[in-house]
Amino acid sequence: MAKRQNNPQDAGRATPREAELVRSEAPSELLRELVAHLRQNRTQLREEWVSRISETRLLTAMTKEEIFAEATSVYDSYVEALETETFEALQAYARNLSERIIPRGVETHEVVGIVLLLRDVLARSLFAKYQTDFKKLNRILDAYEPAANRIANTVAVGFVQERERVIRQQQEAIRELSTPVLQVRERLLILPIIGVIDPQRARQLTEQLLRGIRTNRAKVVVIDITGVAAMDATVANHLVQTVEASRLLGATVIVTGLSPEIAQTLVTIGVDLGKMNTVGDLQGGIEQAERLLGYKVGPLAEAR
Amino acid sequence: MEVPILKQGQVLIATFQAALSDADLKHLRIGLVEQVVKFRSRGVIVDVTAMDVMDSFASRTLREIAQMIRLRGAETVIVGIQPEVAFAMVQLGLKLEGVATALDLEEGLEYLHEKFKETN
Repeated sequence: MAKRQNNPQDAGRATPREAELVRSEAPSELLRELVAHLRQNRTQLREEWVSRISETRLLTAMTKEEIFAEATSVYDSYVEALETETFEALQAYARNLSERIIPRGVETHEVVGIVLLLRDVLARSLFAKYQTDFKKLNRILDAYEPAANRIANTVAVGFVQERERVIRQQQEAIRELSTPVLQVRERLLILPIIGVIDPQRARQLTEQLLRGIRTNRAKVVVIDITGVAAMDATVANHLVQTVEASRLLGATVIVTGLSPEIAQTLVTIGVDLGKMNTVGDLQGGIEQAERLLGYKVGPLAEAR
Repeated sequence: MEVPILKQGQVLIATFQAALSDADLKHLRIGLVEQVVKFRSRGVIVDVTAMDVMDSFASRTLREIAQMIRLRGAETVIVGIQPEVAFAMVQLGLKLEGVATALDLEEGLEYLHEKFKETN
């Protein structure tokens, strides 16, 4: 076990035998000893961890069986990460775990909490084991602590990244839902906009509309903004751009439902209203669109 | 680069390719008008479906082509501008003002035939 090396630097400091003992325990050997200890005591350490988890009332959204099952996987991944000193597998596991528990309502503080608890439980067991050899305990902790911190970091970051991914996905879904492009007649599309338009939504709106014009081969589009209370100059400009881009695809745009506030904004920013085709309300807009398309609509009784 | 120009009755159809250089565009400007004169065309369709970018030079050239052709008493329609290209163009302020546009070849032909009826 002891490696016989003669390092001239250490000659004056320690006795040769002590120096040999120090060099014989390279960090990787210490880690191996640590990992062996964690594996040997797997059952009791894991149980201690699980009971600390319920003591501190974490993971209340999960059942005891679920917690135990996940705890086992986390423990094994933890030890494996310590052993191999690679964290990709742990990262993948953390994201996979997050994907499963986020829909269950598990919060960030709970995930960070349980990982730190495990870190503590394992650290305490090391204190207990090496309590008679303070120098060795220090060396073991030197090996353990950076790895344990990296693990806690990896798991927490993995969880947060997964949450952010879910939020982005939901935002995207909401945005798509809220801007339907509807075909109401051959070559006639309606785009009813409701709520707040931020620049990002405005951009998405334009992209959806242009694609819709091409797909439905629309010649007229009625954009109704009755449901939009106000828009700032940026978004108003974006609306103008939408009208212009639609024209490049051969479609005429009629904007309906402008509130007094929005009319004010458009006039203030100096929009060339000669270029913008506007009608008071949606009904009027559709009627004008039908005329443009050559439709004549009226009650049956009047039909000659 | 040779741009194919087809004749369909009184209409000329020029199909622009994806990567036209400034020199190509300059040749086309004169070339198209010469063809309008030669065939006594009443309308020209410029199909830009294959163009995935439209810069300010291309945009200006298209406007100039339309103006020059109008001086020969003929009408120009630009067709096939892709949604992404249209979006980029308006953001850069390239509006192709005063130039007729249509969704595709079919729409372009229909537009021209309506125009011909008006002036008959």
